[in-house]
Amino acid sequence: MEWETVIGLEVHAQLATKSKIFSGASTAYGAAPNTQACAIDLGLPGVLPVLNREAVRMAVKFGLAIGAEISPRSVFARKNYFYPDLPKGYQISQYELPVVGLGKLEIELEDGETKTIGITRAHLEEDAGKSLHEDFHGMSGIDLNRAGTPLLEIVSEPDMRSAREAVAYLKKLHALVRYLEICDGNMQEGSFRCDANVSVRRKGTEKFGTRAEIKNINSFRFVERAINYEVERQIDILEGGGAVVQETRLYDPDKGETRSMRSKEEANDYRYFPDPDLLPLEIDAGFIEGVRGTLPELPDEKKHRFMTHYGLSAYDAGVLTASREMGDYYEAVVKACGGHAKLAANWVMGELSAALNKDNREITESPVSAAALGQMLERIEDNTISGKIAKDVFEAMWNGEGSADAVIEKKGLKQITDTGAIEAIIDKVMADNPGQLEQYRTGKDKLFGFFVGQVMKATGGKANPGQVNDLLKRKLQ
Amino acid sequence: MHEKTIAELSAALAKGECSSVELTEHFLKRIEALDGGLNSFVTVTAEQALAQAKAADDRRARGEAGALTGVPMAQKDIFCTDGVRTTCGSKMLDNFIAPYDATVVERFKAEGCPMLGKTNMDEFAMGSSNETSFHGPVKNPWDTARVPGGSSGGSAAAVAARLTPSATGTDTGGSIRQPAALCGITGLKPTYGRVSRWGMIAFASSLDQGGPMAATAEDCALLANVMSGFDPRDSTSIERPAEDFTARLNEPLKGLRIGLPREFFGEGLDAGVAKAVDETIEQYKQLGAEVKEVGLPNSGLSVPAYYVVAPAECSSNLARFDGVRYGYRCENPKDLMDLYTRSRGEGFGAEVKRRIMVGTYALSAGYFDAYYLKAQKIRRLIADDFARAFEEVDVILGPTSPSTAFKLGEKTDDPVTMYLSDIYTIAVNLAGLPGMSIPAGFSDGLPVGLQLIGNYFDEARLLGVAHQYQSVTDWHRRIPKGFE
Repeated sequence: MEWETVIGLEVHAQLATKSKIFSGASTAYGAAPNTQACAIDLGLPGVLPVLNREAVRMAVKFGLAIGAEISPRSVFARKNYFYPDLPKGYQISQYELPVVGLGKLEIELEDGETKTIGITRAHLEEDAGKSLHEDFHGMSGIDLNRAGTPLLEIVSEPDMRSAREAVAYLKKLHALVRYLEICDGNMQEGSFRCDANVSVRRKGTEKFGTRAEIKNINSFRFVERAINYEVERQIDILEGGGAVVQETRLYDPDKGETRSMRSKEEANDYRYFPDPDLLPLEIDAGFIEGVRGTLPELPDEKKHRFMTHYGLSAYDAGVLTASREMGDYYEAVVKACGGHAKLAANWVMGELSAALNKDNREITESPVSAAALGQMLERIEDNTISGKIAKDVFEAMWNGEGSADAVIEKKGLKQITDTGAIEAIIDKVMADNPGQLEQYRTGKDKLFGFFVGQVMKATGGKANPGQVNDLLKRKLQ
Repeated sequence: MHEKTIAELSAALAKGECSSVELTEHFLKRIEALDGGLNSFVTVTAEQALAQAKAADDRRARGEAGALTGVPMAQKDIFCTDGVRTTCGSKMLDNFIAPYDATVVERFKAEGCPMLGKTNMDEFAMGSSNETSFHGPVKNPWDTARVPGGSSGGSAAAVAARLTPSATGTDTGGSIRQPAALCGITGLKPTYGRVSRWGMIAFASSLDQGGPMAATAEDCALLANVMSGFDPRDSTSIERPAEDFTARLNEPLKGLRIGLPREFFGEGLDAGVAKAVDETIEQYKQLGAEVKEVGLPNSGLSVPAYYVVAPAECSSNLARFDGVRYGYRCENPKDLMDLYTRSRGEGFGAEVKRRIMVGTYALSAGYFDAYYLKAQKIRRLIADDFARAFEEVDVILGPTSPSTAFKLGEKTDDPVTMYLSDIYTIAVNLAGLPGMSIPAGFSDGLPVGLQLIGNYFDEARLLGVAHQYQSVTDWHRRIPKGFE
């Protein structure tokens, strides 16, 4: 029996506003509990919400970036339920009329193909506080610092057919919100969270299977694992003659499994109704055009520009535009090295990325600046150093030993390009190895490499490899 | 001094005939001596009031006095007051002290009006008789066996007994106008959005509106000047240029078109009330007004629509009172559900619980369309009725309440009968219009209230229409026996 997986994702992106969505309290992460919660966030009697214009601007920015319609009129509703970290007993969210309507996002699949994933809607809402169950014996602690933090809930269509696709979509969305500078994307701090709706159906059927909603999958790796586990679980049930139950399930990253949290029957009746404290949100064309003017170059646009302008492959362009910072760094390197785009791509994706990974650093934290790397690449291009020596120079620069020129000077790594000097060394090598010379001349061509190696060894690797090759070929005749 | 209107007190202060400290002491003494039998105050803030009076006198001495600087007043206990407890008439908030002032409180402070204290009210403003208050019922100064009306019953009784020159009220379905009528004073419910709701504890957010209660329309105009204005902290506050509500007080009524909604004069209207209202109509004719009948055909649906919308909003607004962060918390909760159910079960009174349950039901899946959405549609129809009527007339006139003050306990077992005492006032809230109640005579020794309804933002005219009537009558000057 062949099964097809159907996945839709709901992503909560915390908007990078300075203050909360309905109050003036700060949204900064990591403050002492309950120090960033004002009377509004605490749900004291008589207080009222006032919408943060910046949150609306960010939502509109997102909507424009996914080609969605921006609703000229959207409505904030109250989602009513009791929980200790929900101070008002309701969450202000958008229900029937969201600010961002139908849009789409293109993802790259492993086979090089692209696929379009529909985005049903994106709406503004406030976050709840946090309940802390550890450290309080027999009690729970409540931290309301997060209460009222603006969220953009981005709901996809059920367009993904594998965990890999889901991860590709999530990564693309993650890159997009960071490009737009509307979310810091920090998954550990919960700034970018994901719930997955997963179901399976027999291949070829139209009707969706019964879905389970998986919560608490807050890393790309967990998303893939949780979905794969859930798909297997559902297939096992169906193949065993059972039926999948519609429910909310929690992913346990330690055990690598999902477990039932609450069934459909236990689900709350949220009693949504329009919040009478807030007027409908009306957005005029002028506001939308104003936001459109602030849109940066989007990842896909940038990727295509890198391909046409720098002559990069789709793969290289994709890697170099995965984040705005990466793209910016790359372009700065190209500029500093005099336009050697391919060389710059190889170094940024190769040595630099490897070094960043090894030290667990972001590209913005690189000890080698784009300008410094560009200067070093220029030294390769002008034959001051070879590509091989450049790796040593780069390592020295990474360790803070100065600019490329300084390292080359200090360590005497300047390439030997004086033909006379190289010829003298070749002559000496030939004189020192008469046996090998004899063998080469009687037809053992493979020994050519031996002579190259000896010359390079004698020059400490500094001889220009091309010149060595040419001269050796002539002299060995 | 207490028989004087605010306008007169203000003039006396300006002329130096008395000081704010003297005035404030006088009213504090009256509260001390006379409120025992009324229970109109929940909290008396004597010390603070005197300090504010002293500051007001100093300000006057510096030549910086505003129109009402130094004239004492009282706040309904629904308005949050920084450092002074705000109970909203509930056990749930009996220990609650807000760390902020409501905008209305701020504005009176800025004007330099000493606050004598906080007045009693129906619990969370839910009631029409002041009998749902956790602090016990307020008595009507005209007959202490009778209710003062509600929910702003403490404010109405205190003003009627001249324990304070004025008090604030809030009106969700008639809570300023109905007690004003039953206590024989003047009360104004402004257009929705005129007076900031910041710091005013919410009952039904789309209907709640604060307003002044005092002896006369002129006083209410002076108070409205202080209370109203745009407030960026309330998203439903309306941004309009400041207006002087006293501007049209002396406008002659010749040619004024008064509409009498036939639906307000039918079955259920007490004969004594009808007679008093008829006499006011004659009076207005003599003042030069033209009177004609108008129709508000959907007004019969206002009580049922209101008792869906208001409870629906209250069920959500009162969810924050959960025993977790502030307010009443039950003893020794055994788990979270127990904390919630007992804190709310013990902290709220019966009427509040009834409305929370009705509202929760109306918003539930499967009922939402039939109740909440339907009620919202009726609300639109009612507003359309008024819009049509105001194409033909300038103000609408009728009784405020179908009867005069009823006996304590008379309607407490029958909520529906109780709800009907707001039958003429509720439509005004559903439409968001300004309305007022003014004293219009007596029936069997009890005050009768006349309701005047204006078009949106037409308070200045409305107050003028009331003032002209008060210029030729003295019902508003009457003081109940024992309080002279």
